[in-house]
Amino acid sequence: MFDQPFVRPSFLRHRDPRLRLLLAAALAVALAPLQHLTSAALGLGLGCALLALARPPIRPLLRRLAAVNVFILFLWLVTPWTTPGAPLWQWHFLCATVEGVRLSLLVTLKSNAVVCAFLALLATMPPSELGHALERLRCPDKLVFLFLFTGRYIHLLAEEWHTLMTAARLRGFRPRSSMHTYRTLASLLGLLLVRSYERAQRTREAMLLRGFAGRFHSVARFSVGASDLALALGLLLCLAGILWTEYAGVGL
Amino acid sequence: MHIAEGVLSPAVLGAGAVLAVAGTALGLRRLEYDRLIGVGILSAAFFVGSLIHVPIGLASAHLVLNGLVGVLLGWAAFPSILAALLLQALLFQFGGITVLGVNTFTMGFAGVLSWYVYRGIRRLVPGTTGLRVAAFCGGALGVALAAVLTALALAFTDEGFQTAAGLLLGAHAPIMVVEGLITMFTVSFIARVRPEMLRMTHADTPRSC
Repeated sequence: MFDQPFVRPSFLRHRDPRLRLLLAAALAVALAPLQHLTSAALGLGLGCALLALARPPIRPLLRRLAAVNVFILFLWLVTPWTTPGAPLWQWHFLCATVEGVRLSLLVTLKSNAVVCAFLALLATMPPSELGHALERLRCPDKLVFLFLFTGRYIHLLAEEWHTLMTAARLRGFRPRSSMHTYRTLASLLGLLLVRSYERAQRTREAMLLRGFAGRFHSVARFSVGASDLALALGLLLCLAGILWTEYAGVGL
Repeated sequence: MHIAEGVLSPAVLGAGAVLAVAGTALGLRRLEYDRLIGVGILSAAFFVGSLIHVPIGLASAHLVLNGLVGVLLGWAAFPSILAALLLQALLFQFGGITVLGVNTFTMGFAGVLSWYVYRGIRRLVPGTTGLRVAAFCGGALGVALAAVLTALALAFTDEGFQTAAGLLLGAHAPIMVVEGLITMFTVSFIARVRPEMLRMTHADTPRSC
């Protein structure tokens, strides 16, 4: 149902998931607070370099980036005109300020940098792999279970929802903004929840009968090799460079 | 309701992360293994709900459902919403690692508060009317509070974002009403078809099997 176009063989795909998770977190935490345009641009460069290592398919990649940039576009439509500061460009009563444009540009660079790094390091792993990586990193058992179970069920629920919607459409249901639409959609949603709840009960019984003790086991073995360490070292060095540009005040 | 990565200031992101961890820890402590599967199903429904588009006037919006999750789960809404948001980030790149805390807190906290409001109204007004009013308030409050918290996070980050935050808040007013209606109809549907699902927040739920 929700296929992951970025999960395909590449250099990054074969690196240790725990390491990728930690590196992605380190990158996001280091890049998010940047305040200088130069360091943010370098961050975007690093993100793109990582993306190249993950060899993503172009079309889905552009679609994802476009989706992420919708919020950024919204900010561009508002922020440059409403931030107080020195005027950069004026047209009648509309006035773009230097500060506003700078803020929007900074946010655009940082946001895309973090998303590129995320796409390269994390979007290349299926949910089950992320769940087990989280487990090995001492995430609470219940949370990991919840994550794995949810990841398993979204496909079933989405499929069920499509079936229900198709059935409704075949009976002439056309969504409008009316009370009837809301009541129908809510009933379908309720039906979806009730059915899934019952399915969950059955699954739970089946799992208990087979000796389930609250934890999913994974046959995947995680190991950190030489290329994992090289990746980590290279990334951390780049990150140190970016942070140095930021705090030494080089550039804009 | 998602804020993209790289927008918010470190202070806001840090505060969001700390509050989300606290809320999730509280939610997990009150969540027994017996109920985990039911909660997982609702997390999945929360995930799928965000893909359901509902017409509002001439435009359309997707459902948020954090009010519904709160009403059905109580404090367990926190881990449930966290799991769903993590999946959304992984599969669609909505949100991301640093904003995960802020997003979990805004939606989870709003969900927990709507649970308290839902419970309060149900105690005050028994019967079907009470159920409907309580569910409507729970659903509407979930979206409203999440929008307010998100707008606050934006406004605290930089004064340049204040107008954007205000616009974001205004745009959520009609969504609030629709979300309230959907939650109301869904909860009354569940109350008629499978009422024990409404008692999922209690530890002493008699099992249906």
